[in-house]
Amino acid sequence: MRVHVDPEKCQGHNRCYALAPELFDVDDFGNAFELNDGIVPEGLEGKARSAAANCPEYAISVSE
Amino acid sequence: MATPRPRVSDWATDFDHTDPEWVADPYPIWDELRTRCPVAHTDRYGGTWLPVCHDDVAAVAYDTEHFTSRSVVVSEVRPGPDDLPAPIGLAPPITSDPPFHALARRLLLPAFAPKPIEALEPFTRELCVELLDATAGERQIDAAVDYAQHIPLRVIVRMLGFPQEDADLFRRFIRMVLEDVDQSAEERQAVVDEGELDAYIDARIAEHLAEPQDDLTSFLLDAELDGNKLDPDHVRGTMVLLMIAGIDTTWSAIGASLWHLAHNPADRRRLAAEPELLATAVEEFLRAYAPVTMARLVATDFDFRGREMKEGDWLLLPFPAANRDPEHFPDADKVQIDRVENRHAAFGLGIHRCIGSNLARMELRVALEEWMKRYPDFELADPAEVTWSAGQVRGPRTVPVRIL
Repeated sequence: MRVHVDPEKCQGHNRCYALAPELFDVDDFGNAFELNDGIVPEGLEGKARSAAANCPEYAISVSE
Repeated sequence: MATPRPRVSDWATDFDHTDPEWVADPYPIWDELRTRCPVAHTDRYGGTWLPVCHDDVAAVAYDTEHFTSRSVVVSEVRPGPDDLPAPIGLAPPITSDPPFHALARRLLLPAFAPKPIEALEPFTRELCVELLDATAGERQIDAAVDYAQHIPLRVIVRMLGFPQEDADLFRRFIRMVLEDVDQSAEERQAVVDEGELDAYIDARIAEHLAEPQDDLTSFLLDAELDGNKLDPDHVRGTMVLLMIAGIDTTWSAIGASLWHLAHNPADRRRLAAEPELLATAVEEFLRAYAPVTMARLVATDFDFRGREMKEGDWLLLPFPAANRDPEHFPDADKVQIDRVENRHAAFGLGIHRCIGSNLARMELRVALEEWMKRYPDFELADPAEVTWSAGQVRGPRTVPVRIL
């Protein structure tokens, strides 16, 4: 599974960083990006889906 | 006092967000409008529109071409020719449009990113504990007046690096700007003289210029726009914006959450027994009781959802109504503190996302955590005594609770 933050859509709500800091980080301006090229380690699939499902801007995509 | 406005006759064609019915309980009004319009209009305030569905609110928030943020508070007065024109506006970046908006916002963003906000958590927690200590032995407490209102106020004062004992000047100032809008200029002057506030801030700016500190005031004085330092007027304006935007709003969110817990014993007991639910509960309170309704001015004549909008019309942007849209949220009218999927728009959508959202979330979480630790059992002392603020920031201004 992989996750990706669309930088054009991200407005810095930081929900993904709060819900899944293992998968996302934020820069000095609060813009989010995926860690580890977006590869979701085994066991964190639920967190990846949760981050995507809580993004108000629909900026996060998850691919299986 | 100003002449009372005529009561609303029909919500689809004559709405008014200061009508007592809206102030007391706006949710049934928005539910009715969603099935009728869904973009309502009123001739009040010189002509104002009101979308109430999530998709429409989002579409307006994303459309910075047809809607300008030049003024974001609906009133009888539109910005005049002497006011700063778009794209800068009176209080950048909230009143700015692209492309200037991004510059003014980028300047502030680093101070409000998650990591610097995390550093304020210990101070916030100590403050909450101190406020709760002051209520020791009381059987009845006002959760809004004695607790919620002090938290964002004193955190902002701390961020700016001002003495804590000066917080009351800001409390009076906010009241004048946001809550006494129906009073005469003389009555408002009696609460606080704007000159007093400007002089106070200028003195603090001078101190910080002489001796820079590790705080938001020195951060702003050191910031650069196009290679130039901001002038002190810009810095003072930004400080005032942060106070106006950061205090009433979070006070409202904390107050509404405690109000909910005070009259929903099942949720209160569950949160006390399962404190790990706080993360989803905070988001659900933000969804269900989102305090902030924004506004836009129509920038150019155009057709939106079949309505003919004219340049200069107001448009109220009710994120709280978007958050109650059943097309977007299952059981939108039910508060579910364990709701796991929650794309609510309490902090807005698009380029004007509330810059203080990390700060507000931290304050709300810490305030509820410390309250629930101290007072897991409480109830509304008298539901009839709960009063709600009028205007575009909605929250309870008195929440008398009995400690059980």
